[in-house]
Amino acid sequence: MTAVGPRLQTAWDWRAAGNFIGGGSGAGLLCAAAIGAVGGGDPRLSTTMALILIAAGLGLVWLEISRPFRFLNVYRQPARSWMTREAYAALPVFAAGATAVWFADPTLTVIAAGFGLIFLYCQARILQAAKGIPTWREPALLPLVIVTGLTEGTGLFVLIAAIGASLPQWAPMLLALWLAARIASGSIYHRRLTDVGCPVRALDELERWKTAFLVLGHMLPFALLALGWLAPPTMGVAAALAAVCAVASGWALKFVIVTRTAHTQGFALLHRPARGPVGSGGGHVKPGWY
Amino acid sequence: MTRYVMVADLRRCVGCQTCTAACKHANATLPGVQWRRVLDIEVGEYPDVHRVFVPTGCQHCANPPCMDVCPSTATRQRDDGIVTIDYDICIGCAYCAVACPYDARFKVTDTAFAYGEDAMAHEEKRHDPRRLGVSTKCTFCADKVDAGCAQGLTPGVDPDATPACVNSCIAKALHFGDIDDPDSNVSQVLEENAHFRMHEELGTEPGFYYLWDRK
Repeated sequence: MTAVGPRLQTAWDWRAAGNFIGGGSGAGLLCAAAIGAVGGGDPRLSTTMALILIAAGLGLVWLEISRPFRFLNVYRQPARSWMTREAYAALPVFAAGATAVWFADPTLTVIAAGFGLIFLYCQARILQAAKGIPTWREPALLPLVIVTGLTEGTGLFVLIAAIGASLPQWAPMLLALWLAARIASGSIYHRRLTDVGCPVRALDELERWKTAFLVLGHMLPFALLALGWLAPPTMGVAAALAAVCAVASGWALKFVIVTRTAHTQGFALLHRPARGPVGSGGGHVKPGWY
Repeated sequence: MTRYVMVADLRRCVGCQTCTAACKHANATLPGVQWRRVLDIEVGEYPDVHRVFVPTGCQHCANPPCMDVCPSTATRQRDDGIVTIDYDICIGCAYCAVACPYDARFKVTDTAFAYGEDAMAHEEKRHDPRRLGVSTKCTFCADKVDAGCAQGLTPGVDPDATPACVNSCIAKALHFGDIDDPDSNVSQVLEENAHFRMHEELGTEPGFYYLWDRK
């Protein structure tokens, strides 16, 4: 018998999640690298890492499509498809990013970061356009995906800078700001899903991860950053650990959203059919929904 | 203009799945793929329990989300409302599958037949390797509709211009026709009966109507 209620989609798996992870982190890292470059830092390592992450994400998508040698067809629908727009946005990201690395040029890094933001926006819209998955089409997911990418990217920048003992003062502050924005957008997203309604099992799954996301993804990095500010000699190590928490929780969040809470719409009837010549129909039927 | 739609009378459907079998026979879809299927929904609590059989599949939406997301332009919409897939350019990204709120899209990557390695006669005749690794779905038997129209037949009235599932329905629960023609069979049954469309709130404007009571 065909399942009537929402079921977990299986069309997109960890490879699709990998694209959102790599793309979001890469775009966020480009932005942090651009800020660092404007402040006089050397953007080459961070920019290179960002491009590798974005390329890895796109590579995973290439592994997911079942007609990989037709991949150029992805460019055929810029008028409507956010997947096409994402593919177009990737081109100037790589062009500007690679040139920025070659010339160690801050202006080009800023330009690459601008295209990176467009790329990240396209990624968020890809999920939102998937009308068949209630937890993806919720508009509040858009800011959450964008902020998560920026948080991960800033976290990676902090990590790279801390390892290289060249952590600028603004970086932990920016990480804290993005973490605050992520917790706010995550809580709005969660509230919207409960207000608007979504598949029961999707919401149960989100609830299952909520505490870990809150504690390990936000409270712990906040505490580590606070420790760094209170005891400045520890800032390098504290910020690096906070960054690891911020990045890992962001990756986990996207993995969960793409592969664990992605339940389909399911089926519903506005009216139950009338039975017999004088029978009357019944009310609304929507199995598996809050 | 012509706008082809399907109408399912929920009061008549007995859940026999003959439409499902007819579709599989006509289109030789691979195991696990059901372009036309009938849901068996149990409603209520003992002792007031009802079973409702709901034929479903691609709704050939007027505003199809699958077409909007398709990066390759493989999914298109004909002037008569039928949503099609060009198997030669689809990249198999399955974006349409997650965009469809009706769970109507299928992607199969390996050849398999209903009874093992040997294809049955209809599978041998209609197996299409172009459908491997790409998205597939109900076509409203567009090739049959087109061939029938070319002979001057009326879709939904003449069996040779009508989708296989509609022809096969033992309870006359399924109807197919042009909703833009006020005299068509589907316009008439919709005029005479109370009806709804599934997930209309999503703005898809589905071309699949469900009759549930008399007006």
